[in-house]
Amino acid sequence: MTEMLEISDLTVHFQINQGAIEAVDHINLTIRRGEILGLVGESGSGKSVTSFAILRLIRPPGRVVSGSVHFDGIDLGSLPEEQMRRMRGAKIAMVSQTPRTALNPLLTVGRQISRLLMVHAGLSTREAEKRMLEMLRLVRIPAPEKRANQYPHQLSGGMCQRVMIAMALATSPQLLLADEPTTGLDVSIAAKILDLLRELSTKTGAAIMLVTHDLGVVAEICDRVAVMHAGQLVECAPVRDLFHNPAHPYTKALVRSIPRVDRDVVLEPISGSVPSLINPPSGCRYAGRCEWTMDRCRVSRPPMVEAAPGHVVACYGFEERRVTC
Amino acid sequence: MFFFNYVTRRFALALPTLFGVSVICFTLTYLLPGNPAMVKAGPFATPEHLAEMEHQMGLDRPFPEQYYRYVSGIFKGDLGESASTGRPVSQDFLQRLPATLELNLASLLIAIVIGLPLGVLSAVHRDTLVDHIGRVVGIMGVAMPSFLTGLLFVYVFFYMLDLAPSPLGRLGSGLEPPAHLTGLYVIDSLMTGNWTTLRSSLHQLMLPAATLGLSAIAPVARMVRSTMLEILESDYIKAAWAAGLPRRTVIYRDALRNALIPVITISGIVFGFLMAGNAVVESVFSWPGIGNYAVTALLTKDSAPIQSFILFVAVTCVMVNLAVDIAYGLIDPRIRFS
Repeated sequence: MTEMLEISDLTVHFQINQGAIEAVDHINLTIRRGEILGLVGESGSGKSVTSFAILRLIRPPGRVVSGSVHFDGIDLGSLPEEQMRRMRGAKIAMVSQTPRTALNPLLTVGRQISRLLMVHAGLSTREAEKRMLEMLRLVRIPAPEKRANQYPHQLSGGMCQRVMIAMALATSPQLLLADEPTTGLDVSIAAKILDLLRELSTKTGAAIMLVTHDLGVVAEICDRVAVMHAGQLVECAPVRDLFHNPAHPYTKALVRSIPRVDRDVVLEPISGSVPSLINPPSGCRYAGRCEWTMDRCRVSRPPMVEAAPGHVVACYGFEERRVTC
Repeated sequence: MFFFNYVTRRFALALPTLFGVSVICFTLTYLLPGNPAMVKAGPFATPEHLAEMEHQMGLDRPFPEQYYRYVSGIFKGDLGESASTGRPVSQDFLQRLPATLELNLASLLIAIVIGLPLGVLSAVHRDTLVDHIGRVVGIMGVAMPSFLTGLLFVYVFFYMLDLAPSPLGRLGSGLEPPAHLTGLYVIDSLMTGNWTTLRSSLHQLMLPAATLGLSAIAPVARMVRSTMLEILESDYIKAAWAAGLPRRTVIYRDALRNALIPVITISGIVFGFLMAGNAVVESVFSWPGIGNYAVTALLTKDSAPIQSFILFVAVTCVMVNLAVDIAYGLIDPRIRFS
């Protein structure tokens, strides 16, 4: 079996006074060994919640209502907490979207990396320090011996993100959950971070789930893309296929909203906004914004159908449009 | 080197505060009704005698000159003379200070030892039974006036249960104070290995320290709770969970250490507040400290000790704040290196 991570039917709700926010709604997703999967969608579409749910770190008022996550054939939901903790950081690591604030301000960056090695790999202080310096070199931090003894506030944002990546990869995880790893960074630095991620993934064989709202980033490094809208998965396809033949109206709109320099096109914003996730209507959650909406779109949720080999989409209109196009 | 500069700068900033404190303190007593010369000359003094006395005490001098005399006196260690004991206030103070320090430090220790874990538990188990109990205990500690708690403790633990000694001073009757090293009986008897005295002094200290400490648990616990709640939601704590660090490390190392700065602030404030608030507790337990001394002076309208007490509390607060600032630097590299 080549699937390293298998998310089936995952649903996450957040209970608030007005009802339940259905942040993630019956998601099915797989990640293969060594691949880079892009998870895209607007803010609030449930991307980050999905990665926290994989690590089983949804805390009240959040709750995993249904579904399961299998990692390497192991049902993560049934693991005792202590074993789950040993998974986090060791087998499945996370790179946060806020490098500056995701590092503990009171510890030197070197210490933050080496203590993980001591916790997860059982290394001695000296071994951990040696490996920590190797990691800092690997993510191309200049003068690693000096940087290791500095505190996060003495490092730039890009440098902090490199430290986060070094930290995440230090224990050689099989899966890296990178939650918007390039937000808040300069474009040139963001590009370097992406290159670094791809290179390290090739080198260590780690799979990456790249959570982002930036299709440019996706085009740059991903093998496959999953598109989320309002907590639902609407389309999943190999990256070229998705950009050339987007099947879901939302994906089409996303692709059309990418600025281009080579062609003179007017950018089209996606009309409407993400619907309220508090007790949302049954049916397709894009129905309110879609130009192809049909009656049954509002009644029941469209099932995932195969548009092409390896390319799935959840849209009633897809079949009909395919005929007419 | 950064740190040395930081400490020097903090110290320099404390000087104007101390100047302000001395001005306020002096002005207050200057404006207070009542004529110190009249107290000293006695009720049957003639107007000539009174004028003579005023002249002797320098009370007929202009305000700035009087202030100058007062401040230069302080620098020479002259705090005036107590009318009731007939001794220099500085002597009386030095003699009583260790008793007060012992009581206040013990109270602060109690407040931190109970308040800190209580705050952490309340934050980690937010809105559960632990949190609610912590809240009730805290509110009760703050709402009960110290003299009432003190009397209640004496009634229950001394009179009813006979668990505590009679609330009279720092040592049981018939015991000699230990050799004077720090003046704190508990520490002195510990250092000289005098176990009988140690037992007795701890026994005597128990109730007053609990009384005073109880009022300080709540501020500490509340501050720890709110800071911890905020920090537990921070990105680096989420990242620490995601990195699979053990729960103990995340809560007690990462989160608590980050929460310490506000806790140290509140401890400093609480210590100043204990300095001022101990007067009542010292009276209830006949504790021979400076608070008790000031209350006695207040009842006999003995101005020099009162003035000195106010000045002393204010200076202590400034000093504690200075110590707090230095502690920040030790804990937080962002302050140390900026």
